[in-house]
Amino acid sequence: MDAIKQNTGMAMNGRKRAMGLLARASTAELQAGWQSIEPKPEVHPVRGPETGLVMVRGRIGGGGDAFNLGEATVSRATVRLGSGEIGHGQLLGNDREKAHLAAVFDALHQRPEHRSVVDQLIGAVERRIHAEDRKHAEQTAATRVDFFTMVRGDN
Amino acid sequence: MYVAVKGGEAAIANAHQLLADRRRGDRSLPAISIDQIVAQLGLAVDRVMAEASLYDRELAALAVRQARGDMIEAIFILRAYRTTLPRFGMSVPVDTAAMKIERRISATYKDLPGGQLLGPTFDYTHRLLDPSLLSDEPVAEPTRRAADESAMMRVSDILAGEGLIEGDGQMPEDHVPGDLTREPLEFPLNRDLRLQALARGDEGFLLALAYSTQRGYARTHPFVGEVRIGEVDVELDIPELGFAVSLGPIQVTECQMVNQFQGSTKNPPQFTRGYGLVFGQSERKAMAMSLVDRALRAGEFGEDIVAPAQDEEFVISHSDNVQATGFVEHLKLPHYVDFQAELDLVRRMRAEYDAKSGIDKDGAREAAE
Repeated sequence: MDAIKQNTGMAMNGRKRAMGLLARASTAELQAGWQSIEPKPEVHPVRGPETGLVMVRGRIGGGGDAFNLGEATVSRATVRLGSGEIGHGQLLGNDREKAHLAAVFDALHQRPEHRSVVDQLIGAVERRIHAEDRKHAEQTAATRVDFFTMVRGDN
Repeated sequence: MYVAVKGGEAAIANAHQLLADRRRGDRSLPAISIDQIVAQLGLAVDRVMAEASLYDRELAALAVRQARGDMIEAIFILRAYRTTLPRFGMSVPVDTAAMKIERRISATYKDLPGGQLLGPTFDYTHRLLDPSLLSDEPVAEPTRRAADESAMMRVSDILAGEGLIEGDGQMPEDHVPGDLTREPLEFPLNRDLRLQALARGDEGFLLALAYSTQRGYARTHPFVGEVRIGEVDVELDIPELGFAVSLGPIQVTECQMVNQFQGSTKNPPQFTRGYGLVFGQSERKAMAMSLVDRALRAGEFGEDIVAPAQDEEFVISHSDNVQATGFVEHLKLPHYVDFQAELDLVRRMRAEYDAKSGIDKDGAREAAE
């Protein structure tokens, strides 16, 4: 992979990762992030926030061709900053305010002066999710069956 | 001729007021909150999500509360709500191999990679009523143990390595997954459409059919290759960006049922499979779905179609409990005119019958009393 392609790929992965974490941020986390930004940027709504459905797909047999499993509620928003950046927010559930804030942070993430604030926010979200996942994994691990063989006396 | 009859507005309004009162119940007790239903009646919420075919815990809990715990009514309410929402798109197919595992067991391999993880199961409980739940006694934090958080191999992949099991289901090239919420069902169905119908099918109905296959009505000699429960990421392609982004995790239950061999002139003998995938934690439903999925593949394997569970049109046409309850329950709605017509008819037939057999009408009435 050449350098340019790799850079584009990294930028894409960076935004993909950030958007995925913004989707999982709590309302409190997003609002705290918004409070920490001064002066407030100009934000224009482009689309939404709105709630709709996404058809969740599974794979036949787990890894085969796709089938439609069922729908999930999704809220999404698109915003434009006064400086022109477009941000998209989309997450599971009905919380349109969260989708709006996620879109704002996605847009702010593209501005160098706000990047570190957004990185702090998503870093905190990521640490929280990792801690929760770890806790659940450890609780599940405690339910792992350790088989043992009874040694029979007859040689 | 149709005769429009109106009436009952006040009775209906008062009936709904009475329903609201009975739903709330004793006012000296605190009202149950949606958060409490999500947190403490989670499997009821999961069933409503699965059979309403809409993943949203809060809305499902609201439906459970509104329906006073009547599951099919709750499913109906949530189904009705989903029709009010626009569809944004289709997700990237969820990757159950990358699931964050909460429970994973196999009945076919004792020492499989990753181990047998029991998770929060009712299995091995004694099914004795627990008086400690009569009050609000403190509950201990679960025990922890160092965990291996890497992805857990599927049991089907173990057998696939030896070539002893059929592959994951493939559809013909360029096949677009069918969607029963968009197009009316036309039999015979492809397996993808059947799986969509089964995933939203009534748990009780699928359980009974699955049970019937075990009792000999379309025997498939099943083993639970694997049941896994946990979270998978839902990703959606964002056309403006040109890549897929995560919308967050959903909990699903997956069952890989391994069934007896099939061999043909083209294929060597190998295990076949039934597949179950359900929203939320619902092992019974996922297992039943996988058994019925396998039974419905009878035609594909050249098996004789002799039992209800193998009859695609019968199974799929009757698996949806919202459709079923709609048709059964509509019988209680006013059929006054229909019934009057039938009553007239039976009176006429009765008069003819009596005239022909020469029975004295008064005598017949006396005998009836």
